[in-house]
Amino acid sequence: MTHENGGEGIGARVPRKEDDRHLHGRGQFTGDIRLPGMRDVAFLRSPVAHALITRYSKPQGYENSVFFHGDLAGVAPITTRSSIPGYKVSDYPALAAGRVRFVGELIAMCVANNRAAAEDLCELVEVDYDEIPVIASSKAGLQRDATLLHPEWGDNLFLETSFDRGMDGIAKAAPVAVELKLSTARQVMHPMEGKGLVAWWDHRAGQLVVHTSTQVPHLIRIGLAECLGIPQAIVRVSPPDVGGGFGYKCMLMPEEIAVAWLALTQKQPFRWIEDRREHLTAGANARQHEYKLKAYADERGRLLGLDAEVAVDCGAYSVWPFSACLEAAQAGGNLPGPYDLKSYRCKTYSVATNKPPFAPYRGVARPGVCFAIELTIDAIAKAVGREAWEVRMENLVAAAAMPYTNITNKHYDSGDYPASLLEVKRMIDFDLRRTLPPRDKKGRYLGIGFATYTEQSAHGTKVFAAWGLPLVPGFDQAHVKLTPDGALEVRAGIHTIGQGLETTLAQVAHEMTRVPLKDIRVTLGDTANTPFSTGAYASRGIVMTGGAVSRASDIVAARIKAIAAHLLQVKADDVTFREGRIFSGEASVSYADVGRAWYIRPDELPDNVDRSGLEATAAYKPETDNGVFSYASHAAYVAVDADTGLVEILDYAIVEDCGRMVNPMVVEGQTYGGAAQGVGTALFEESPYDDNGQPLASTLIDYLLPGPTELPRFRIHHMETLSPYSAHGIKGVGEGGAIAPSAAIVNAINDALSPLNAVLRDIPATPERILHAIAEARHNTADKDAA
Amino acid sequence: MKPAALDYARARTLDEATDWLAESDGNSKIFAGGQSIGPMLNLRLARPGKLIDIRHVPQLRMIEADSRVYSIGATWTHAEIEDGMIEDPTRGLLPFVARGIAYRAVRNRGTIGGSLSHADPAADWVSTMAAIGATIVVHNSKPGLRRIAAESFLLGAFTTQLGSTDILSSVEIPRFSPDMRWGYYKVCRKTGEFAKAIGTCIADARSNIYRVLAGALNGRPVLLPNTAERLKQDGAEQAMGVVRDEIDDLLAHLDNPHRQQLTVAVQRSLIQLASPRSS
Repeated sequence: MTHENGGEGIGARVPRKEDDRHLHGRGQFTGDIRLPGMRDVAFLRSPVAHALITRYSKPQGYENSVFFHGDLAGVAPITTRSSIPGYKVSDYPALAAGRVRFVGELIAMCVANNRAAAEDLCELVEVDYDEIPVIASSKAGLQRDATLLHPEWGDNLFLETSFDRGMDGIAKAAPVAVELKLSTARQVMHPMEGKGLVAWWDHRAGQLVVHTSTQVPHLIRIGLAECLGIPQAIVRVSPPDVGGGFGYKCMLMPEEIAVAWLALTQKQPFRWIEDRREHLTAGANARQHEYKLKAYADERGRLLGLDAEVAVDCGAYSVWPFSACLEAAQAGGNLPGPYDLKSYRCKTYSVATNKPPFAPYRGVARPGVCFAIELTIDAIAKAVGREAWEVRMENLVAAAAMPYTNITNKHYDSGDYPASLLEVKRMIDFDLRRTLPPRDKKGRYLGIGFATYTEQSAHGTKVFAAWGLPLVPGFDQAHVKLTPDGALEVRAGIHTIGQGLETTLAQVAHEMTRVPLKDIRVTLGDTANTPFSTGAYASRGIVMTGGAVSRASDIVAARIKAIAAHLLQVKADDVTFREGRIFSGEASVSYADVGRAWYIRPDELPDNVDRSGLEATAAYKPETDNGVFSYASHAAYVAVDADTGLVEILDYAIVEDCGRMVNPMVVEGQTYGGAAQGVGTALFEESPYDDNGQPLASTLIDYLLPGPTELPRFRIHHMETLSPYSAHGIKGVGEGGAIAPSAAIVNAINDALSPLNAVLRDIPATPERILHAIAEARHNTADKDAA
Repeated sequence: MKPAALDYARARTLDEATDWLAESDGNSKIFAGGQSIGPMLNLRLARPGKLIDIRHVPQLRMIEADSRVYSIGATWTHAEIEDGMIEDPTRGLLPFVARGIAYRAVRNRGTIGGSLSHADPAADWVSTMAAIGATIVVHNSKPGLRRIAAESFLLGAFTTQLGSTDILSSVEIPRFSPDMRWGYYKVCRKTGEFAKAIGTCIADARSNIYRVLAGALNGRPVLLPNTAERLKQDGAEQAMGVVRDEIDDLLAHLDNPHRQQLTVAVQRSLIQLASPRSS
C-alpha cells in the first residue's frame, strides 16, 4: 500500500485515486453526458478513396438537418503549417470541399434526435463521385507518374529529409555488411473509449462549451477557435473522463470542428460518439513504415555505419498540431537507438496516400525504428556468428559515457543501458534456456529475442520547434491552493486519460506539503479552471506538470510554514511538516488551523503577513529541452509452431528505468498496457487496404487485438537512475512499454526459426507470414541443394 | 452503428413464427441468441422489416431421444451444451467443441440452431455436425418438416438450404457406441476468434463409422474419405500420412498457408483421437 519506507509521497505504491469511480462504473465519459434537448450527429462518409464530388443534394424536408461544406460559412480547414523548408501544407476541411481523399472522409453532417435516426438521414443524402486513381501505398505515392493527392504540390511528399554524417568510405572499408527490407503494418489505436464530443452554448457564460474526449484540452481550445474564427475567450473545452488516448486524442479532429460549429450557430447541445467502425476505418491510423537498411560492422559486430531509407504512409492530410512530418522526423532521429553510432545516413519520405491521416500513436515512430534497428543488430550478430546480446553489448552506449550526445544530437542524460540488457538476459534465463533442445515437447521451435531502446520523454520547446510544429510546448503550469479547512487543491491544464495523474500529481504535492494524500484533490483539463498546459502526450505529464506541481506546492508549503510559525510563535525556519501537522518542537498546528487563520480569522495574523496567500501558480520545464531519456531492455521467449505459424509468448521480461518513480504501481500499469499494445503490433494488429484504398479491416473480426489469453505475464524489474535535469529526477514512462515488444518478439521468432533458415521481416508476424517465410527458406535451401 | 427501424415480435409457437415468416414475404429475420444478427443489424448489413424472436418457443427447446438418435431443439445455447445441461451422445465431443466457441458471454446467448443457420464456414457447429453425420431438421408451415444431412446443409458461405420461410427447428445427433473416439482441432489466431482451419475426425468401430473432415473453408466443410478409409484400415497414425495429399487434391483452390493449416488441423485431430484423453 505504501512506499517501502512508508508515506504517500514520491515513490509510494499508493492505489490510484481515480480507481474508485472507474471500478464502480461511476466515471463520466463523453457518452455518459445527457443534456436537455441534446441531438445526435452522424456523418456521411466517403465510400471511395479518391474522387471529385460532382453533385450532392439534401433530402427533401431535411434541409435544416443536413450540412455540407458550403453550409459551414467562415469555418477554416485544419491547416498545419511547419517551419521546416520543403514541408507541404494540406488543407483538411471539416467537411469535404469538392474532393475526397480517403474512404471515411466526412462529406455531410446529419442531425436527428438519436443516432439511429441520424444514420437513417445519412442514407438519404445523395452524392455523385467522379473517381480519381488511388494512391494506396507509400510506394505507389512515390512513383514518378503517380496521381497527385494535392495537385498543387507537384508530388505526393509532405516532406523529404536527409541526414548524412560520416558515411563516406564506410561501405568500402567495413568487413561486414547486412541489408534488410522491413515493414510495419498500418495500425489503429483502439483506446477503449473512442473519440466523441458534446458541444453546447452556455448562455450565462457566453461560451461555447465543448466536452470532448481529448488529451490536450487547451490545444483544442486554440484549434477550435482558429478554425471557427472566434475568440478563444468564448470557447471552453471541458473534457470529461477519457478512456485512453494513445495519441489519437491529441489532435484536432474534423468532427470536433463540425459539431462545435453546430452548437455555436444553433445554440443547442449536439453530440457525436465515434463508433468502432468509424474508428477502424476512418480514424486513428498509425505505425505504417517501410525501411531499407544497410548496416556496416566490424568482425565483432561493432556498428560502423548505418544507411537507411524510411517511408511513412502518411495518409491524405496532416493532423494538427503534430503534423504529417513528426513521424518521419522521429524515425530519422531515433533510428540509431541506444547505440554508439558514429556514421549515419538517413533519408525519410513522408508520403501522402489515400488513407486516413496518420496520427502519432504511443511511442511515435519508435516502435518502428526499434523494430528496424533491433532486427539489424540481430542480423549483424548472425553475420559475425555471435549471440545477439553480445553484439548489443558491443554497441550500447556505456554508463561511463553518460551524459552522451548521439549522432542525431539526442542527449542521453543518464542511465546504464548495458546493465539493463544483462539483467533482462538473466531474468529470461538465457544461459539455461540456450542449453535446452531447440524444440519443445510439442515440436514447436523455441527462441529468445532482445530489444533495447531509449525513450525521449518530456522533450520540450527547442525539440518541437526544430520539428517545425505550428505549436510548441513551453512551460507547464500548475495551481496549488490550501483550502480554509486545510485540504489541498491542485489544478493543471494537462488531462487525465487513464495514466494515473490524479494520483501521481497528488503524490508530488504531498511530497512538498505533507498534506495527507486523501486531502489532496487534483482537477485537470478544463480550460475554464485550470492553468495552461499543452497537454498529455510525449510521455511528458509527470515530468512537466509534475515539476510544475512540485514548484507550486513548494511555494505554498513555504507560506503554510510562515503562517504556522506565526500561530506557533516561532520562526518559519523552526517549523516542520510531520504526521499531517505542522510542528515546532512538541507544539503543533493543523493545516486547517493555517487555512482558517488566512481565510477566516485574518485578525489573528500580524499586519505584516505575507500577502501572497495560500495559493500559487508555478510554471516549469526541465533544465534541458532535449527531454529526459528513459530506456528499457525487453526479452521475449517464444514458441513457434512451424506447422500452423502460430506463436506463443512463453515468457517476457522487462528491465526499465524511468528515473525516479513517483508511483511504481502506476509505472508498472503503464508498462503492462504499453507492452500489451506492443504484442498487438508484433503479432496481431493490421489494417490492410486494397488497391482501391478500401480498408479491409472494418470490424474487430478482421482487426485482431490481443486479449488476456494472448498476453504473457510481463515480468518487470526497475532500475532507477535519476535524471540530472528534471525535478526529482523523474523521467517519462507513458509510451515506453509499447516500443520494444515487436522487436523483441520478432527477434525471438527469428531465433526460433533459425534451424529452418527462415527469417521474418514484416509485422505483424501472422501465421501466414511465418508459414510463408518457412516455405521460402525451404525453397531457397532446395535451390541451393540443387545447385 | 445503430440498426434501422424494425418491428419486433415474439413468437409463442413454431407455427406462429413460420406463419409470420411467410406473411412477411422474405422481409423478416429470425432472432434467437442474437450473436450474429445483432452485429449485422447494427452494421446495417441485415435490414429486415421485422425480427421474429423464437427464444420463447417451447418446441425449440424439446429433446427427443431414441436408441439411435438424440435430437435437440434449435435454441439450446453453446453454454448449455458446454455445461452438460443436455445429454451428450458423442462421448464428450459436443461439450469440448462448445467450450471452444467464442467467449463465454457469446456462448451464454448464442444457440446451436442460430449458428448453423448463420452458416459462417468457420463456425464450430458447421464442421462438427457435418463430421458426426448429424441431420438438420427444418420446419416450414406449408410442406412441414424436412431433414437435411448436415454435411450438405451449407450451399456456400453464409448460405444454406434454408428457404425464406424455413426455420431450423432441431438437430438430430447420432448416438455413438462406447467405442467411439474423436478428435477436434482448430487453428485460431487468438482465443475466441473464428478458426482459420478446423480438423475433426471420429472413429466408431462398433458402428463402423469413420469420418474425417476439414472445415473453416470458403464454403461448406469437406469430408476426407481417403483419410477416413485409412483411419479405418490402418489407424490414426497411418491416416495422418495421407491427409496432406487429400487436402491438396480436394482443396487445390485454397492458398498454401490455408491448406497447410487445414492439413495440420486434421492431423492433430487424428493425434487427439488416438490419444487416451478423448475416449
